[in-house]
Amino acid sequence: MQLLAALHKELLLQWRTKAQLLAIFIFGASSLLLFSFAVGPDSSALRQHAAGFLWLGLMLSSTLTLAESFQSEMEQRALEGLLLLPAGARALYYGKAISNWTQLTLLGIGLIPLMVVLYDTPMPRPFALLGVIMAGAAGLSAPGTLYAAMTSQARAKQTLLPLLLFPLVVPVLLSAVKATSLLILGDPMGQVRDWVLLLLCFDAIHWSLCGFLFDRVVED
Amino acid sequence: MGDERPGVFYGLMALGAGFLLWGSYWGLFLAPRETYMGDVQRIMYVHVPTAWNAMLALTYSFVCALAFLMKGGWKWDNRLEAAMEVGIAFCALLCVQGSIWAKPTWGVWWDWDPRLTTMAVLVFAFSGILALRRFVDDPVKRAVWSSVACIVAYVDVPIVYFSVKWWNSLHQVQSTPQTVSSPFHWPLRINAFGVLFLMIGLIGLRSRVAGLRLQGELAPPLPERPAAPLLAPKAQGGAR
Amino acid sequence: MRGSTLAVEGDAICRRYGRRWALVDVTFAVPTGAVFVVAGRNGSGKSTLLRVLSTAIRADRGTARMAGHDVRTHPQEVRRQVAILSHHSYLYEALTALENLQVAARFLGKSAERTALLPLLEEVGLAERADDPPLTFSAGMRKRLALARVLLQDAPVVLLDEPYGQLDPPGFRLVDHLLGLFRERGTTALVATHLLDRAAALCDQGMVLEQGRVSWTGRAADLPTQSGLAAAGLPEGD
Repeated sequence: MQLLAALHKELLLQWRTKAQLLAIFIFGASSLLLFSFAVGPDSSALRQHAAGFLWLGLMLSSTLTLAESFQSEMEQRALEGLLLLPAGARALYYGKAISNWTQLTLLGIGLIPLMVVLYDTPMPRPFALLGVIMAGAAGLSAPGTLYAAMTSQARAKQTLLPLLLFPLVVPVLLSAVKATSLLILGDPMGQVRDWVLLLLCFDAIHWSLCGFLFDRVVED
Repeated sequence: MGDERPGVFYGLMALGAGFLLWGSYWGLFLAPRETYMGDVQRIMYVHVPTAWNAMLALTYSFVCALAFLMKGGWKWDNRLEAAMEVGIAFCALLCVQGSIWAKPTWGVWWDWDPRLTTMAVLVFAFSGILALRRFVDDPVKRAVWSSVACIVAYVDVPIVYFSVKWWNSLHQVQSTPQTVSSPFHWPLRINAFGVLFLMIGLIGLRSRVAGLRLQGELAPPLPERPAAPLLAPKAQGGAR
Repeated sequence: MRGSTLAVEGDAICRRYGRRWALVDVTFAVPTGAVFVVAGRNGSGKSTLLRVLSTAIRADRGTARMAGHDVRTHPQEVRRQVAILSHHSYLYEALTALENLQVAARFLGKSAERTALLPLLEEVGLAERADDPPLTFSAGMRKRLALARVLLQDAPVVLLDEPYGQLDPPGFRLVDHLLGLFRERGTTALVATHLLDRAAALCDQGMVLEQGRVSWTGRAADLPTQSGLAAAGLPEGD
């Protein structure tokens, strides 16, 4: 019941602040454009590294999404108000993490057409790619939500969140890039499954561990 | 660790330095030359002990984080801060040693070896936690949050290692020696203990410094006094 | 809970912020159904005390019992029995007034229907602004919405931190009315305020905090004349 209440609250907040998602999408899209400027108009090189650019763009955008997700909670200490109702900290965490996951997945889906156009990548297995986007977004969302809760209450929050999050999600970046690259460019040796399994393993560990630790972060 | 007198830790550091001098002398001048890599291989006598003790320091920081969250007590937070700093320093040193080894051996400063790459990621991960500590003013929040972040980062270590290992295996053209043959054991062991004693001394002293700094941040403890008896409820009246 | 004698008991509560002790050995008791004032100057520890009692923050030493539950060992049970009107409004700026109440209602397991919640907004004088976000509200209107949230919780113990702050004269009368409502229902209320005459008229008992310590306790009616606060120049209400 508490998780449903938390999800309902998050959906309502997301709907009310949908302009922010659009702004973050534009940020992600401009990152992809900048990567291609950095590499140069070499179609073959761009296609080769398209997966890397996509996930880097998504990672950079994720810090904005995650930071914004706690902005509304901290403005008037709304999160504290909910905890005192009492609302379960774990339900609040999973509601927020699922909401962030949804946003990052939508962001990833939105960036795919841009990747296809800018980097001239084929798209032979779109549903499998959607699966990788969802698994990777989950990997960013779980620890990201925990760290966003911490850093939203600290000074230098814009710097701290990527500083804490990026080293931690290296396995997500490696696995998601590899899996995406194999799906786009071909997977003759059937390695996608292994990378997706690693991603799911990361997700399982962090969705349980971060949920378990969340109440220590938000309670006094 | 950190509650004892500092002389213990200075003593350990001196002992560690002595062991390191002995082990390094043995490794540089007495141990045989390695067949394939030649004298470049001798860096192993500091590289491997540094690696072992770097992981030990970070493991100790994980234990301190767990202890703080489960039992409380400022000593665990002091030790956590010290162990993380020493662990980061050793990991960074490891990466530098790895580069010194890689350049003459393979012609590149960085060869994406899974172990070294994992260490590089750990340098950034735990440096981020130290940065978090600098930006949180409330000592309790600082201690709790850095304990949480340390646990999450440490649990991530094997995942980082395996992901880098698989990622690199698609590209790797060279590999580091997996086994150490017996003529190289003794200087390695001596240096391992040397670095261990040095590390314990450093963590102990740094933990003391953290404790002293914390004393300056917290209000002085209130004197113990018996709890005042609860006030007897006065007769109701006065208001409507 | 409503059957027991004491709704709130503070037992040598101590709380520090960095190098400063904000509360020192605060011990007091409030009978069930009483309206109790906590008076004091700015920085005396009133808000800190209410936050400790609500379990928003923990005491460094000592403890409190709220409706029979210890705040240190059973914070979740305490939260079910206590509602707090804090300095922070606890509102989502992007959601409407009604939606803010709906969010709270869902977590409380209560009806989130418009028809169930509008009467609360009417009670606090915000029915016409039900579909506007707090972003567009004045500070006084946000306080009213926060009061509606407290009423929604319908808790046996209510903590009000400066309830008159930022309100206009009709708002003052609203708070007076709500205190009367709490008394009728047998709700125990702790009110932190520095409006001494108002507190004297509406409350049963009270105490004064000075630099985190209890400096006076007694009947609320004696607050303006015997507590020493009026001489210190604290406002005496509307």
